[in-house]
Amino acid sequence: MYHKSKGYKIFSFFNYIFLILIALSCFLPMLHLLAQSLSSKSAINGNLVSFWPVDFNMDAYAKTFRNTNFTGSMQISVFRTVLGTLISMFVITTAGYALSKDFRGRNVLMWIFIFTMLFSGGLIPSYILVTKLGFKDTIWSLVLPGAFGAYNLILIMNFFKTIPKALEEAAFIDGASFFVIFRKIYLPLSLPGLATVGLFIMVGHWNAWFDGILYMSSTENYPLASFLQTVVVQGSAQSMALSQSEAAALSEQSIKAAQIFISTLPIILVYPFLQKYFVKGIVLGAVKE
Amino acid sequence: MQPLKTDIRKKGKDPWSKELKKSWPLYVLCIPALVCVLIFAYGPMVGLVMAFQDYKPWLGISGSAWIGWDNFARIFQYKEATQAITNTLIIAVIKIVVGIVVPIIMAILLSEIRNMGVKKSIQTLVYLPHFLSWVTVAGIMIDLLGLDGGINHVLTSVFGIQPVYFLGDPVLFRPTVIISDLWKNFGFGMIVYLAVITGIDPSYYEAAEIDGASRWQQIRHVTLPSMLPMIIVIATLSLGNILDAGFEQIFNLYNPLVYSTGDIIDTYVYRSSLLNGQYGFGTAVGLFKSGISFVLIVISYRIAYKAANYKIF
Repeated sequence: MYHKSKGYKIFSFFNYIFLILIALSCFLPMLHLLAQSLSSKSAINGNLVSFWPVDFNMDAYAKTFRNTNFTGSMQISVFRTVLGTLISMFVITTAGYALSKDFRGRNVLMWIFIFTMLFSGGLIPSYILVTKLGFKDTIWSLVLPGAFGAYNLILIMNFFKTIPKALEEAAFIDGASFFVIFRKIYLPLSLPGLATVGLFIMVGHWNAWFDGILYMSSTENYPLASFLQTVVVQGSAQSMALSQSEAAALSEQSIKAAQIFISTLPIILVYPFLQKYFVKGIVLGAVKE
Repeated sequence: MQPLKTDIRKKGKDPWSKELKKSWPLYVLCIPALVCVLIFAYGPMVGLVMAFQDYKPWLGISGSAWIGWDNFARIFQYKEATQAITNTLIIAVIKIVVGIVVPIIMAILLSEIRNMGVKKSIQTLVYLPHFLSWVTVAGIMIDLLGLDGGINHVLTSVFGIQPVYFLGDPVLFRPTVIISDLWKNFGFGMIVYLAVITGIDPSYYEAAEIDGASRWQQIRHVTLPSMLPMIIVIATLSLGNILDAGFEQIFNLYNPLVYSTGDIIDTYVYRSSLLNGQYGFGTAVGLFKSGISFVLIVISYRIAYKAANYKIF
């Protein structure tokens, strides 16, 4: 109806082209990485690899999975992500449920939580605290300091508030306590909300690298993202531990690409679910009635 | 004082004993979060006293000597520190401006795409980089922007330009940081604007159409005004981030060659304190940053509340 003019058609054409190019630019670097990881050393060194593997081979992946530093870090990351997400979700949903109700002192509690969004002790005091608590070189240094997030609390609280009050009142009349109502009504009914926040927290844990570098004194205890940081950014050669013959056959870049790609795979796999929920989650977090 | 008392009675507030009897499970449910916050958010705030000490790890907070504001005075004496503050401000401000303007433009352009399949596919792809970690993105960029990387390959073979060292040139480092940040985050920033555009009542457009408004005029007089409250909220709230130039990104991309234009407060704190052992000084720089940020955030929330009726919760 309204977009029939010639000028609009020209605009529309270029708009499609422009946005498709932008969208491709967001995805092609990952494809380039995948192609590099599957290509031979000579092809990479000759700059022949763009988005399609040249001299297809899986050697870089075979090598990566034989690297005990890599697989060990991966296990730590998986463990950290599962444990960290469970702890965070427990802490946030319990408080989120309580704070979605009206009770005395609620606002004071709310401000205690919100204040953590506005002001923090900073890097060094946090580092010293974690060290003093004896969490250094343990998994607790990775899962406990960030367990609570005020932003996530607000999201969860808003999800809980959308559940009709009448359900709760009916349950009260049937003699249910707050705990039963929380477990049997609120948690199951806000599954999409929990999934959104849960996925955010999971991605956060999987991608976190700085705390690993900060709190782990030996690279053997690094989670995958921290391990990758040393390989990819600091480029430390000994963590690759290539033998002479392997170094001759395998491109360093190919192995880096394989490692980055493997570490990103879980994100890409949960991405369809993330994408489904997070738009709603973000909008709920930003737009309020 | 008297009116206050009647106010409370009017609202029918129970005394604490009665409230506890009724709502105790709610208090109990808050305990895990409260413990977490008290230890890991408020605990470090106690450690901020180090900013006023000549902190020695073997003496601890109780044993270290008090030196008043010396650490803060040093912030303005060290060239590196003032440089880091300036860099932070410049990088953060440009990032904020670009990070608001570009998502708005992209959201409007994307809303003009009528083919739902194409629109959804584009959306899915542009959100993706946001979920990659900065380590991954840095890995990609170090490869792509290196002297023999893809971009330089194109520059030399197609345009015949000498290879450019993007990550090692103080002049090019900032643009590189800003563009890569934009690449990673514009799709995510777009979400809220798209939601606002989708929510605009189509009858506004129909009315404008009947009045003879072109598509461009419709964008100017219907779309943009409808987005304005959200733009104001996001713009004012980002005021609080004016001292956050992106630690994770800079840390993974910078090197001593580009300290002059790329070193920011957070990376400087990391280097001067944890690497060089100046804990008290590092804490002072951190506190300086947190303090200013706190004031800015409070002001920006005030403005957002006044201008667009925004509430945190």
